[in-house]
Amino acid sequence: MDIVKILAIAGSATLLFLVFELIRRGRLKERYALLWLFSGAVLLILSLSRSLLEYIARQVGIFYPPSLLFLIAFLFLLLITLHFSAVISGLSEKNKRLAQEIALLRQALEELKQLSMKQVKSRDE
Amino acid sequence: MNKILIIVPAYNEAESLHGVIQDLRSHVPQADILVVDDGSSDCTAAVARQSGVNLASLSFNLGIGGAMQTGFQYARTKGYDIAIQFDGDGQHLGAEIGILLDALRKGNADIVIGSRFLKRGDYRPSFFRRLGISIFSMVLSAIIGIPVTDTTSGFRAVNRQVIEYFARVYPEDYPEVESLVLLHRAGMTIAEAPVRMRDRTGGRSSITPIRSAYYMVKVLLAVFIDLLKK
Repeated sequence: MDIVKILAIAGSATLLFLVFELIRRGRLKERYALLWLFSGAVLLILSLSRSLLEYIARQVGIFYPPSLLFLIAFLFLLLITLHFSAVISGLSEKNKRLAQEIALLRQALEELKQLSMKQVKSRDE
Repeated sequence: MNKILIIVPAYNEAESLHGVIQDLRSHVPQADILVVDDGSSDCTAAVARQSGVNLASLSFNLGIGGAMQTGFQYARTKGYDIAIQFDGDGQHLGAEIGILLDALRKGNADIVIGSRFLKRGDYRPSFFRRLGISIFSMVLSAIIGIPVTDTTSGFRAVNRQVIEYFARVYPEDYPEVESLVLLHRAGMTIAEAPVRMRDRTGGRSSITPIRSAYYMVKVLLAVFIDLLKK
C-alpha cells in the first residue's frame, strides 16, 4: 500500500468519524450533516478501491488518480458552502421577521398598558 | 374618511426627530404617526416616547428596508387606508404631504413618489450623484414604462393594496429603487408628484461618495435579479 492511499483512507475515515460523533452528541443536526456524510462516504470508497479511482480518473482524463480525490473533495466543499449560504439566507429572513414581530408586540403591549392605566384612573375618579 | 398613517423610520435621529414630529402634527393633524426606531444607539426611542407618538422599537438595526416593512405591517394590522413614508432626518416637509395625498386620490395611483426633480427647486446634487440618479431613472423608466425622475426618493404615499404587499414583501438594503420594480411587477400603478425637500437638519447622510458607486451596482443588480424572479 502506498502512502497516498493510507493518507486518503485515514483522512476520509477521520472526516466520517468526526461527523458521526458530532451527530451523536447532538452538536450537528442530521439535516446539515447529510452532505458531509455523503462526501465522506464517497471519498472513503474511492480511497479504498484504487481500481475504481483509476477507472474514473481515466474516464475524465486525469493522469494522476489521487488528484481526482482533491477534485471531488473540492466540488463537495463548493456544494456544502452553497448550501450554507442558502441556509443563512433563510435564517436571516426569519431573524428579521422575529425582530419585526417583537417590535410590534412591544408596541401593542405599551398601548395596552396605557389603556389600562386610563381605565384605572377613570374608575378612581 | 381615510385612515392615514405616517411611518417615520429613524436610525439615530434623536436630534431632528422632535422637529419632524412637530412638523407632521401641525401640517397633517388628521394622520397618526408611527416612529420605527431601527435599533438606534442614541435616545431616538426616548424622544419618540416623550412626543407621545406610536413607537415600534426594533431590537437591533435591520436597515431602512426592514424598518419600513415593520411600519407597513403595523399599518396592515391596524387597518390604515394610506401609509406615508417620511424620513426622520428632517429633509422631508410636512407641508408637502398634501400634494402626495391629492395625487394618490386623483391619479388612480397605488403609490405616489414625491419627486425633487419635477419642479425647479433648490436641490442641486453633485455631478456623480446626478449621474447615478439619471442612470437609475433611465433604467427604471424603461422597465416600468412611464418616466420616473426621483427613484431614490424616500418620500412616498401608498394605498391599502401596497400596504398589504409591502407588509409581506419589501427589499432589504436599498429598497427605494427595487420596491418600484416589485410593485410594477405586481401590477400596481406608480405616479410621481413634485415636492420640495430641505437639506438635512441633523445627523449625516448614509450615502458617501464611495458608497454611492457600490450602492449603484448593488441596486442595479438587485433590479435585474428581480426581473428574473418568478
